Amino acid sequence: MVESPQVPRLRWRCRRGMKELDLLLERYLSLDFPTASSCDRQAFARFLELPDPELAAYLLGGVVPADSDFARLAGQLARTRS
Amino acid sequence: MSDYTFIDHTYDVVVVGAGGAGLRATLGLAEAGLSTVCITKVFPTRSHTVAAQGGISAALGNMGEDDWRFHFYDTIKGSDWLGDQDAIEFMCKEAPAAVIELEHYGVPFSRTEDGRIYQRPFGGMTTHFGKGIAQRTAAAADRTGHAMLHALYQQSIRHNAEFHVEYFAIDLIMENGECRGVVALDLATGRLHRYRAHAVILATGGYGRAYFTCTSAHTCTGDGGGMALRAGLPLQDMEFVQFHPTGIYGAGCLITEGVRGEGGFLTNSKGERFMERYAPNAKDLASRDVVSRSMTIEVREGRGVGEHRDQIHLHLEHLGPEVIHERLPGIADTARIFAGVDVTKEPIPVQPTVHYNMGGIPCNYHGEVVTVKNGDPDTIVPGLFAAGEAACVSVHGANRLGSNSLLDIVIFGREAARHIATLVKPGERHRALPKDAGDFAVARLDRLRNAKGSRPTAEIRREMQRIMQADAAVFRTETSLREGCGKLAKTFASFADVRISDRSLVWNTDLIETLELENLLGQAVATINAAENRKESRGAHAREDFPERNDAEWMKHTLIRVDSAGRTTIDYRKVHLDTLTRDVETVPPKARVY
Repeated sequence: MVESPQVPRLRWRCRRGMKELDLLLERYLSLDFPTASSCDRQAFARFLELPDPELAAYLLGGVVPADSDFARLAGQLARTRS
Repeated sequence: MSDYTFIDHTYDVVVVGAGGAGLRATLGLAEAGLSTVCITKVFPTRSHTVAAQGGISAALGNMGEDDWRFHFYDTIKGSDWLGDQDAIEFMCKEAPAAVIELEHYGVPFSRTEDGRIYQRPFGGMTTHFGKGIAQRTAAAADRTGHAMLHALYQQSIRHNAEFHVEYFAIDLIMENGECRGVVALDLATGRLHRYRAHAVILATGGYGRAYFTCTSAHTCTGDGGGMALRAGLPLQDMEFVQFHPTGIYGAGCLITEGVRGEGGFLTNSKGERFMERYAPNAKDLASRDVVSRSMTIEVREGRGVGEHRDQIHLHLEHLGPEVIHERLPGIADTARIFAGVDVTKEPIPVQPTVHYNMGGIPCNYHGEVVTVKNGDPDTIVPGLFAAGEAACVSVHGANRLGSNSLLDIVIFGREAARHIATLVKPGERHRALPKDAGDFAVARLDRLRNAKGSRPTAEIRREMQRIMQADAAVFRTETSLREGCGKLAKTFASFADVRISDRSLVWNTDLIETLELENLLGQAVATINAAENRKESRGAHAREDFPERNDAEWMKHTLIRVDSAGRTTIDYRKVHLDTLTRDVETVPPKARVY
């Protein structure tokens, strides 16, 4: 699969202030993003614009995002790491 | 070299890094009317300060009696008498005003019922010189770090500071021992920017990623320390690395001390609550270094759990789901995601994990970087400043107390700005840069961008991290440290054989990670060699073969240089036992017993 031109930029934006976020966002980008629907890809790019504490609340704090795209994405991002 | 034409800038001051220290400095400089740019590789509110959730210490006395002199004493004791008492006096005395100032800038500190800033107790913080328990730590719920970054960033913008975001600083521009500016790469365009300034502040954070397991975000690669080493400057007290006892095995994600505060406990492979043996009183709540060392002994003596018998179990299951979800929010999710564990039913596998670097770029309490010249270890490097975890002032000495790091970044970011404002007048004329200014940075960038060796960056990084974890971690002996120095020297040398696959300059994360790896490698070499050299135990540096603190020989700061071939040279700097003023007396060395 050819890497989307936006991937290097998104990879950098997966760099966050908290290690937990780094790990979950980078995992999604390398494992799920390549086969994600264009709707999910756009949602992921938007998701990366959120501030760290908000991401942490969605991924580690049990808070469900109001945005349904984000809610679906958060569920996928926060699955158990194997 | 047409790829590398510089875009030139001139500012009064350049700040590198936009964590708490960088932003507090930027704000102070902008307020003073100095033209200031803050260059940062990630968006300001995404720096690692975000992860500091505990709070900030200051003897405000809102919850009962307190005095900055008590805080001063606690910090010196915590530092195991390696901290400089003039700098510690300065920090603790300035703390209340600096915290109230943060509140005015918009940090929403949690409050008491009568409207004052709420303060909670924290390990090592006492009243009356160890006699009582201090409530000294102010917090903005569990978002203190983020609230600080947000407020400081907004205020900096309001005062017209400029931000160059997603710019990676490559190297300093040095001329005859003076810092004249810095060169940075704009990640989005691939263009090189050359900054000329009267002062450069390195506020680039710690280098936790030199180790295999650390609680630091991926961005913590100690870029300022790497730049300082390449400029021929020494780093100070690099052997002092703080480990947090409960990082999730493998992932390094932090499980807060609050878990043990709520009744969580550690066990070995025999199911034994071993902390009862090591710290009969405090048990699982003993200080970080004591718990980390006890865990390491258990593993070394064959009582670890897991496939490689190198893990320890942290139990919460006896607390019940209600307590866990009510008082320890987020722990269950973190353990499920990163350890695959249901904390209501099974223990979390943990291991001591690198948490904070006490060492860094040596500087005085004004943030001025110092070096050894003609035997004088307090020689100021003109034009160069450092603040925050990147710096070693040194206020934390051999071991940092919880909630003193947010204080450190605010106090010394603020003071660096204040001091620069006394040295530089807004708009002061700049001398021309030397003709070859920036060539050093370009040559390095070009070499790595075209690196066609045999070892991928990730492979060298992993090797370095494993050596540091095995031989320069909690427990240290001559044999393992010597072995580690030898192995790491080879890894360092193998960087000449690095291979990167992407030759572009735009969003080339492979290239940036390689530049970062070079920064980490220099600091890893500094750390393990300084650890081998220091033949005593003090604070976070515990030598199995030299278990006692030895003030007669070792109450001194290590200054270590690493040259381009990875060779180290060591000098020393006296610990400042004299206080800054007569407001407080020197705390003479005694045993550090809690």
